[in-house]
Amino acid sequence: MRISVEEVFETVKMTLDHHFDIRTVTLGINLKDCMDRNLGRFAERAHRRIVEKGKLLNRFAKLIEHKYGIPITNRRIAITPAALLLEPLPRNVTTAVRLAKALDAAAREAGIDFLGGFGAMVQKGMTSADENLIDAIPRALSTTKRVCGFLNLASTTAGINMNAVAKFGHTLKDLARRSRNGIGCAKIAVFANVPEDNPFMAGAHHGIGEPDFSLNIGISGPGVVRNVVLQNPDCDLTQLSEVIKRTVFKITRAGELIGREMAKLMKVEFGIVDISLAPTTSAGDSVAEIVEAMGVKQMGLPGTTAALAMLVDAVKKGGAMASGNVGGLSGTFIPVSEDAGMIRAVKAGTLTLEKLEALTSVCSVGLDMFAVPGDTPADVLSAIIADELSIGVINNKTTSVRVIPIPGKKPGDIVHFGGLLGSAPVMKVAKIASAKFIARRGRIPSPIQALRN
Amino acid sequence: MAKQKAKTAQICIMTVTGTDRVGIIARLATAMAKANINIIDVNQNIMADCFVMTMAVDITKAAIGMDIIKKRLDKIAKEMSLNIRFQDENIFKVMHRV
Repeated sequence: MRISVEEVFETVKMTLDHHFDIRTVTLGINLKDCMDRNLGRFAERAHRRIVEKGKLLNRFAKLIEHKYGIPITNRRIAITPAALLLEPLPRNVTTAVRLAKALDAAAREAGIDFLGGFGAMVQKGMTSADENLIDAIPRALSTTKRVCGFLNLASTTAGINMNAVAKFGHTLKDLARRSRNGIGCAKIAVFANVPEDNPFMAGAHHGIGEPDFSLNIGISGPGVVRNVVLQNPDCDLTQLSEVIKRTVFKITRAGELIGREMAKLMKVEFGIVDISLAPTTSAGDSVAEIVEAMGVKQMGLPGTTAALAMLVDAVKKGGAMASGNVGGLSGTFIPVSEDAGMIRAVKAGTLTLEKLEALTSVCSVGLDMFAVPGDTPADVLSAIIADELSIGVINNKTTSVRVIPIPGKKPGDIVHFGGLLGSAPVMKVAKIASAKFIARRGRIPSPIQALRN
Repeated sequence: MAKQKAKTAQICIMTVTGTDRVGIIARLATAMAKANINIIDVNQNIMADCFVMTMAVDITKAAIGMDIIKKRLDKIAKEMSLNIRFQDENIFKVMHRV
């Protein structure tokens, strides 16, 4: 049966009026075989591969964009966690920083805006190379433009590495000091149960369980979902869930088609479709506004957690029906600075850090892109991270933290990052929290998997 | 033979939205003919106060690439104050057919 005018119009309207786009095509690249005891030799091999594949990624993304008329907003590269690549190299910060700069140069030459993977898996313990990488993060991320970092600090099977959590509080403060408005901190996320195939920055990396190359895709349609919720103002929640499912099914199928075709053109394996709702600062492209369209007066007020839980579940059901390759984070992003509705809610006082933390227990992906005063002590940052990661560890899900301590700012101030990163209202946090708890260090053991209440 | 032909056909859907006026189809049909593109089907409707026309075309034997087709359509869109999209049919098929 030929497609009807109505169906065509529905799709066209999604891209024209409701910001439907393929948020990112991310190519995962294995660099393990490039490893060397000599940094120059490693950098040369890695450079060649990143530039060659990055240029192809750009070329084919443009071709597919033309063919299907769906914008592909970002083209990115994720690499083998850099801490592994540092293993054979000398243990000093300068080497790690030079490695980051080499990756940055390769991404620039390939025309790729972000390259993810400057990170380590340290949920149980740190090798000396891991520690070296963490020590290098402040310099590496403040002196490069395109490199993004991640650290997996916890997992359900290993527990929480509190040595690394305590260390990272200081790393963040140092990084914030070295970059304007602390913006360097927007380029690193810490995780519990990090997925190895997530296409979204800042946490993207090409995990060790991945093939040589893998093409992953992140779709995004908060605007599309919001529109469909607005068009059903009076139906009950069961019906609303159905409507959301159907819409997400459609956009996931589009993502799957584009991902498969991209992978085929690039002659690499197709990885996953990440169905996370990823907001942007454009008007209407907001997750908070979906929740508000569902009937919650403002994001953060009572009712928000239930509404968000239902929304995310409907998104997952629709997506899972549409594609057998759903993976990555596949939750809902609620970054404070990148979502106009979230910013409004923080300014109005309805959304606090405590409520945000509660929301992350029902949806991915954690406390994301929120600003705190620059004089927040390192142990308080570590304590916020430990709290958030424990939600992921206990509930067997991914959680992450991307916090930006902004030097010289106090609660209520607004900081404009510009571009995709939006602007963040500085949130109120305690100045004194749990210094003694963090100073204990060690590892919070992995949780029991029975007795689930 | 016929089966093979059907398999290799590349169908695209052109979507035109804007205000209805004399000569839209004529203008677009001429552009398609010049590029050796066969028109398979034309439909139109008024939706949400908006004139919408879709044209299914086969670009298998097209003399020019999709990027150039789009450039020419953009020019027509500008001159006739219309919005024209040109997309491979498969995107609609995957989204609207289970």
